[in-house]
Amino acid sequence: MTDRLPPRPLPDLIVCPQCDATYKLARPGHGQRAVCARCHTVLIMPHSKAGIQIIAVSVAIVVLVIAATVFPFLTIKVAGTQNSVSILDAALAFSDGPLIALSLSTAALIIFIPLLRVLLALYVLIPVVLDRMPAKGSRRAFRLSEALRPWSMAEIFAIGCAVALVKITDLADVTFGPAFWMFAILVVLVVAQDNFMCRWTVWKSLDGLRKSEPRK
Amino acid sequence: MSETTPIITAREMGVVGCRRCTQVWPQGTEICGRCGKRLQLRDHKSLQRVWAWWSVGMLCYIPANMYPMLSTRTLFTVQQDTIVGGAIELFTHGAPFVAMIILFASVVIPLGKFFAIAYLAISVQRRSAASFGQRHLLYEVVEYIGRWSMIDIFVVAILSSLVQLRSLAAIDPGPASLFFALSVIFTMLSAQSFDSRMIWDMQSRDKGEASRGH
Repeated sequence: MTDRLPPRPLPDLIVCPQCDATYKLARPGHGQRAVCARCHTVLIMPHSKAGIQIIAVSVAIVVLVIAATVFPFLTIKVAGTQNSVSILDAALAFSDGPLIALSLSTAALIIFIPLLRVLLALYVLIPVVLDRMPAKGSRRAFRLSEALRPWSMAEIFAIGCAVALVKITDLADVTFGPAFWMFAILVVLVVAQDNFMCRWTVWKSLDGLRKSEPRK
Repeated sequence: MSETTPIITAREMGVVGCRRCTQVWPQGTEICGRCGKRLQLRDHKSLQRVWAWWSVGMLCYIPANMYPMLSTRTLFTVQQDTIVGGAIELFTHGAPFVAMIILFASVVIPLGKFFAIAYLAISVQRRSAASFGQRHLLYEVVEYIGRWSMIDIFVVAILSSLVQLRSLAAIDPGPASLFFALSVIFTMLSAQSFDSRMIWDMQSRDKGEASRGH
């Protein structure tokens, strides 16, 4: 109808985002992976029933994050005096003066960003797995989730815990609260959820959205 | 994917690939229709951003090492430790393994990262002795390991929230923690700004010149 047609995608090709090598698209089977021959970046790695498994793990993560944040995490005892902290307390430890900014970002890095990423994944994946039209704004949601990926640091906090514990065990008695064990499971699930998701497959399944949602 | 055929880049094929969702578009397309990312054949401002974040990160790393990271108050004494000072303290008090972890995460990794990013940024503009694969591996290691420098911040957070035993003992964070966190964040942004496709461009140019390998 108009003179200028919108650019057409080339669905038979795939370009490695890391090194620009171009390949003819060959979709690997379940459990296999397509790897860039030049820089070894994993391009596609579909798993069978990945969607439903990721959703199950994500729901578990949401429950655990909320529980692990509220319950006592660690308790320290020295000569009759004791102090219990939750993960939220630890995150908000930098509370005086300009350090408050650090408190807020620590809380974001270890609790809110991992939680938000899981919620975004649920929002994007549930309609896809149920074979419905992708939810409104799915592409923006998945984009945000991908942008936040390096800033989700629950697993680093876990190693930080280990180091902190070794630092103080000879000074004081430390006991683990219920949140400690929840957090330990949580970290494994967060890492598993993130590594199990094939980005290419998700983007591919959001492809059908283009007709109904006007291009930005 | 297939090992035998020679690599053709998107630039040589006259197409451009989306760096977020790997969808391929004809060159000249401005925005990826699938995920909405701006399409760039090469990010020409990449190096400027790399060096800008790198410099701010370096600037923050200096006060991070000069101010105290932790101040430990016991019944009679107040002790303030810098990053290196605290690690040495730990080392002499019989926890050499933890001291090594702290030194590695807060000194070796950050400094190594500054060098590695600088090396990568310089090497894409001139020839380098390291192979393309080695440099790409270096880039991936830097990208992966950058976040782990936050360990020390989290250790400070845990210690200073846990060890609050009124008059008996208390650990409080020092100003270095803020600078250290900023330094980690800025170097992460620096590494993210680097367009790794530039590492491989020299390979395509070599192929074009039909120069012999040695």
